[in-house]
Amino acid sequence: MGALKRLRPSTPFLLLLPAIVVLAAVVVVPLLLSFYSSFTPFRLTQPASLFNFVGFRNYGRILTDVEFWTAFGRTVLLLTVALNAEMLLGLGLAMLVEKATAGQRLLRTIMMFPMMFSPILVGFQFKFMFNDNIGLINNALQSLGLTDQAIPWLIDGTLAFWAIVVAEVWSSTSIFAILILAGLLAMPKEPIEAARVDGCTPWQTFRYVTWPFVMPFAYIAMTIRSLDVARAYDIVKIMTDGGPAKRTELLWTLISRTAYADARMGLANAMAYFAIFLSILFTVYFFRKLAAARTQIGAEW
Amino acid sequence: MNENAKARLAGNLLSLAHKLGLFIAMAIICLPGLWIVLASFRPTVEIMAKPPVWIPQDLSLDAYVAMFSGVGQGGIPVIDYFSNSLIVSITSTVISLAIGMAGGYAFARFRFRAKSSIFLGLMLTRTVPGIALSLPLFFVYSKLGIIDTHFGLILAYVALNVPFTIWLIDGFFRQVPKDLAEAAQIDGCTRWQAFWQVEFPLAGPGIASAGIFAFLTSWNEFALASQLTRSINSKTLPVGLLDYTAEFTIDWRGMCALAVVMIIPALVLTFIVQKHLVSGLTSGAVKG
Repeated sequence: MGALKRLRPSTPFLLLLPAIVVLAAVVVVPLLLSFYSSFTPFRLTQPASLFNFVGFRNYGRILTDVEFWTAFGRTVLLLTVALNAEMLLGLGLAMLVEKATAGQRLLRTIMMFPMMFSPILVGFQFKFMFNDNIGLINNALQSLGLTDQAIPWLIDGTLAFWAIVVAEVWSSTSIFAILILAGLLAMPKEPIEAARVDGCTPWQTFRYVTWPFVMPFAYIAMTIRSLDVARAYDIVKIMTDGGPAKRTELLWTLISRTAYADARMGLANAMAYFAIFLSILFTVYFFRKLAAARTQIGAEW
Repeated sequence: MNENAKARLAGNLLSLAHKLGLFIAMAIICLPGLWIVLASFRPTVEIMAKPPVWIPQDLSLDAYVAMFSGVGQGGIPVIDYFSNSLIVSITSTVISLAIGMAGGYAFARFRFRAKSSIFLGLMLTRTVPGIALSLPLFFVYSKLGIIDTHFGLILAYVALNVPFTIWLIDGFFRQVPKDLAEAAQIDGCTRWQAFWQVEFPLAGPGIASAGIFAFLTSWNEFALASQLTRSINSKTLPVGLLDYTAEFTIDWRGMCALAVVMIIPALVLTFIVQKHLVSGLTSGAVKG
């Protein structure tokens, strides 16, 4: 009897089984395959090269590849700048909307607007706006007389990087704003009033009362974002495609170029593992922060 | 000036600054989208004009007519892309909702070993960048012969959506008090009946919004679709948009019109679910 019961799989396991099967088939097994092929000089044009094991040669090549590390550094820079800006702007936007006395529903709806845009559309939209010849931004600057020649937003490497940051921040600030606003609205009013009665300045009230409460909501937003950081690929792909002269090349565009344009799958898979670990690092970090913030809140309120 | 008047003035200034800040923020959010909508109605000459034409002189639906009549626009088969997008998104949403409901229910209602590690593990599969996943998928799919098919894309999108659907649906089931289902069971329902007649209707709106979220993810996905699709057999709208930039001269007006076509379903669906989406993502953030 006891042995029979042990053999029967538990209900939660059965319920999770379909999810596990699909994810194993579409994500885990292909990733194992790509992990293996990252140790081969596999080229799509030469299928036999899949069975030519070369050990760590691809990884060794990456470690000394200046182009790769430039793209890697640029990706980390982009994520750092963009995530911090999104967090700060999202917090500011949420507080502005929370203070609004009239039309809050409408404001909240408008605030969600960028979320509906797919990254590829965001990229196209900013490619259009930043166009040096017919773009809204140059047209406006020239009509206002602020500059007499066209600023080459997407043609100059540095400017193009910042144009991409703007597009990225525009598209994702709303996630932070919405979740932080949800936190602000869920917050009990008594602690704030108590702080005011005790003579806290507005800054102190914000720093020591509001922020600790809202923090978990900001971390939820961070976790959601970190699940999806690679969508910057879509934006860059359509805005500059890594150009001009690879000045906006990110890890992801480099991988896709190596794999599909140069057909060097093995090398690209080795690069992809760096990208995957970068994403996992981000997610685990914020997931931990989220869990810690949750328990802290649980203890205080 | 006495204290009162000073305080009132400061208050007025602050509220003015607040309104101004709000206005600027909303303008930055809305302007890019509105500019695209406007451009899709304007003739190409006006978009390209130097010096710029600020006040639209003549607006027309020409771009949309050309797009859906299948002529012009560099021969881009928008209707095919549109129906591919629709088929792939709807099918993958239905499947990932079914899988997500089972998984979400397991997380919300059962205690089992390594629960939080399994949850994190599921989430981690979602972090794999689309382009990194596309490399092995491209290889496997071409071996299996399912590249450039609806089936291949649907399969990939189900895997993409399942982790997030589980997260959301887990949250919505948690909001349904456990006692309700237990009361139903005491009254003679089986667990299965209790689920469908008590818990499912209560979590229903939340599940619907998880579905809409999954739909939007599939509708908007580009990195995987750009490698796993090749022709009008399975190309979706985001990949189709790139067709325009591959040419030497960009047809800005046509692209704007296609962008509007892409955004409308997303716009409508997001309006419907906005409230539930936020409550699903934040459920448990306060109570732990």
